[in-house]
Amino acid sequence: MPRITVKVDDITYEEDVEPRTLLVHFLRDRLGKTGTPIGCDTSNCGSCTVLMDGRSVKSCSVLAVQADESEIVTIEGLASDGNWHPMQRAFHEEHALQCGYCTPGMILAAIDLLNDDPDPSDEAIRQGLEGNLCRCTGYCNIVRAVRRGAEEMGVTSR
Amino acid sequence: MTETDTAPAGTMGEVGRARRRKEDARLVTGRTQWTDNIQLPGMLHVAFLRSPLAHARITRVDVSAARGRPGVVAVFSGRDFAAEQGSLPCAWPVTEDIVIPDHPPMAVDEVRYVGEAVACVIATDRYRAADALDAIEIDYEPLDPVLDMTEALTEGSATVHEVGNRAFTWKFAQGDVEGAFRDAPVVIDRTFVQQRLIPSAMEPRAVVAQTDGDGFTLHSATQIPHILRVMLALTTGIPEHKLRVIAPDVGGGFGSKLQVTAEEVLCLLITRRLGRPVKWTESRSEGNLTVHHGRDQLQRISVAAESDGRIRGVKVDLLADMGAYLMLVTPGVPLLGAFMYGGIYKMDAYDFTCTGVFTTKMPTDAYRGAGRPEATFAIERAMDELAAELGLDPMEVRRRNWIRHAEFPYTTICGLTYDSGNYEAATDRALALFGYDELRAEQADRRNRRDPVQLGIGISTYTEMCGLAPSRVLGSLSYGAGGWEHAEVRMLPTGKVEVVTGSSPHGQGHVTAWSQIVADALGVPFEDVSVLHGDTASSHKGMDTYGSRSLSVGGIALVQACEKVREKARQVAAHMMEASPDDVEFTDGRFRVRGTTTERTIQEIALATFAAHDLPEGFEPRLDAQATFDPDNFSFPHGTHLCAVEVDTETGATTIRSYVAVDDVGKVVNPLIVEGQVHGGIAQGIAQALFEEVVYDADGNLLTTTMADYLLPSATDLPVFVTDRTETPATSNPLGVKGVGEAGTIASTPAVVNAIVDALRPYGVRDVRMPCTPERVWRALHDRAPSAEEGASV
Repeated sequence: MPRITVKVDDITYEEDVEPRTLLVHFLRDRLGKTGTPIGCDTSNCGSCTVLMDGRSVKSCSVLAVQADESEIVTIEGLASDGNWHPMQRAFHEEHALQCGYCTPGMILAAIDLLNDDPDPSDEAIRQGLEGNLCRCTGYCNIVRAVRRGAEEMGVTSR
Repeated sequence: MTETDTAPAGTMGEVGRARRRKEDARLVTGRTQWTDNIQLPGMLHVAFLRSPLAHARITRVDVSAARGRPGVVAVFSGRDFAAEQGSLPCAWPVTEDIVIPDHPPMAVDEVRYVGEAVACVIATDRYRAADALDAIEIDYEPLDPVLDMTEALTEGSATVHEVGNRAFTWKFAQGDVEGAFRDAPVVIDRTFVQQRLIPSAMEPRAVVAQTDGDGFTLHSATQIPHILRVMLALTTGIPEHKLRVIAPDVGGGFGSKLQVTAEEVLCLLITRRLGRPVKWTESRSEGNLTVHHGRDQLQRISVAAESDGRIRGVKVDLLADMGAYLMLVTPGVPLLGAFMYGGIYKMDAYDFTCTGVFTTKMPTDAYRGAGRPEATFAIERAMDELAAELGLDPMEVRRRNWIRHAEFPYTTICGLTYDSGNYEAATDRALALFGYDELRAEQADRRNRRDPVQLGIGISTYTEMCGLAPSRVLGSLSYGAGGWEHAEVRMLPTGKVEVVTGSSPHGQGHVTAWSQIVADALGVPFEDVSVLHGDTASSHKGMDTYGSRSLSVGGIALVQACEKVREKARQVAAHMMEASPDDVEFTDGRFRVRGTTTERTIQEIALATFAAHDLPEGFEPRLDAQATFDPDNFSFPHGTHLCAVEVDTETGATTIRSYVAVDDVGKVVNPLIVEGQVHGGIAQGIAQALFEEVVYDADGNLLTTTMADYLLPSATDLPVFVTDRTETPATSNPLGVKGVGEAGTIASTPAVVNAIVDALRPYGVRDVRMPCTPERVWRALHDRAPSAEEGASV
């Protein structure tokens, strides 16, 4: 069984994994990182989105062995020193979640979206989140939240 | 919606504030408790083998090879459970002669839809359980599938069950229907198809069952832990007091988790047999096959009207696809619409017939709105057709028929008493926000120019009955349970408050809204209230969450429990201040002797009651109370939704240009939550109009098994929603609240389809079947010869 070394939310793990193990199952079942949920089996919904070396990936579509030597950030590792990431705050403030199942993936996809476009238009936000499905909100508040998160992140980094 | 939550904590007037949700903290940080997160020592994983055929006899089962696969602990087929699995319950026998076929959780002799469980593997992890499914051998003798409702009712059709394909016929009539239609100046007669839908909660179902050798605990992603406990006890024979059901964090439901599922029963049976905890989590493809579907009705609606547009009567003849079996409330779903085909309109005669039909498909059951979206669609579409027939503006036809504000309370032809409403106010506000007249002008211009992109305007002036609801009414409709809700409020010694609610949330925000209600009722800070729910061990009594009932039923139980606590506290306060209870006033958490400055806070009283050193004679030392509320009436939210679409007549593509919703849900506890519910509801209704449809092929195979095939709208598919509210308080409950969870879904589908048909009416198009995909729109424009004459959409 291959051994992988992967850093997840700032902790380094060395684990033997079956080659077929999906990253999301590795995170959830092996490491107990259950903050990342699974919503489908065809990589359509984006609920399982995490950051892999800074870019968003759907962790149901990545094998754990492909994550060898990489750094993963899940929703559980986003806050620092007990302070929520601006995007987490923005989702809360704008009521951009109801059941919350899509939320971890939505937040991480939104953060990656801002890597490419720090000041996105509403249209760009909608395009950028096309791969993340939400069944509760109708997306209006998610778009507002991403805009707000972008503004706050811009302010923070300036 | 400009309210903010920046007012200082503890200030009264929590109800009505846009409080940010308490629930969010764990949801945005990933510290969630989804059922699939649960890991227990020695836990095994279950995988189900499912029927690949729509209809077949099982002739041979051999699980021996699977038993030898790595990690496999046990393999069972239906025969292994035959003696103990019972039949999945149907709690709504709508007629005395209804056919309720035996519904084994795991098929034993015959399968009746693709996806029905036929065997299962229990293994040490989910991969090995899935692997071993391949080694199970099952031989089938194919039988004829039954896929079309109309054919299913014809002589000589193949049958799903031996008794035939008709489950029931339910009739309801009021007034002189024949008279209303006889010599009517105008009769609109239309047939609409309510396509089959998949509710698609983002969290797939999951079940964890465990036993300590005496009792059982079942975690399930369910909307109904309380109902589930009762039903599972009746189905499995596990005594009710030995069964604890827990709904932890539940990721959406929309009706799909209002069910007693085969997998819940089977996981209990497996854990009973093996003595070890087991978990089953469905894949999305498995869920599309086997989570109950919604809608699937064939609606014929006839409206008789005067030449000025006033309605004389309405006739409805409905075929409702039950699927292969009757599940928890399958036959009752169309009945929830039976009283709503009159919409907001006055008429003197009404006739409704519904026949439930068996097919070899996944059973249908509640999906957001359950019966009421279908009814609203039919009447709102028919109103547009009536307007077109008479050459009137569709809003004008509605005005001529709707119940005027001054006429409330109004008892409709269907026998419902709408307690309050103001259709004029909601409509005026919506028209103003929408810019109705300007859009009509633009529409005329585009028509004149023969613009290939035509503009259409769709109206939906809906109401619905929700807040399920009066137990007596549900009983009269043969529903198996009541409609009350329960709450408990406990003042803790330090003055904090613990609430137990019987209404089990799965995204609605109960914890926040309940905290607001309690904060006002007891005068404690919002932050000092916690809410327990979803666990039958801590919440012993409840009727759970569906039918937009939580606030208008459960919220009132909560208010009543708070009143009882307050009155108890008043007794203690009076005793402490040596006053008569009648002289003690309560304001903002303080009891004060009238006309003096002597006062005690409710927190002081909580501590004094806990200490119990000096209480009134005979006073039981507890500052807690329970209440069960059963309303006298349903709640009737209403509103006006307006949709403008651009339809490209060359490609058939529809784009929603603007969408305005003005809803009246009575008094609002939290406007942020209400707006969110409206948004999500509209999105699901638009999805039915434009995108979603379950497709079975001619052999009964489901083709829409994945999210790649079943099109849930993404952010790019939906517009910005402009929402506002009017506020006409309900008179049927002390908070004046109405339900909101289903309103958007009920309202939006006809608004969108009316808009599309409106855009294409100059081309002779009178209907487009849902979902109105570009192909369907294009075909309606180009192949309309057969359907244009009859106006049928089939």
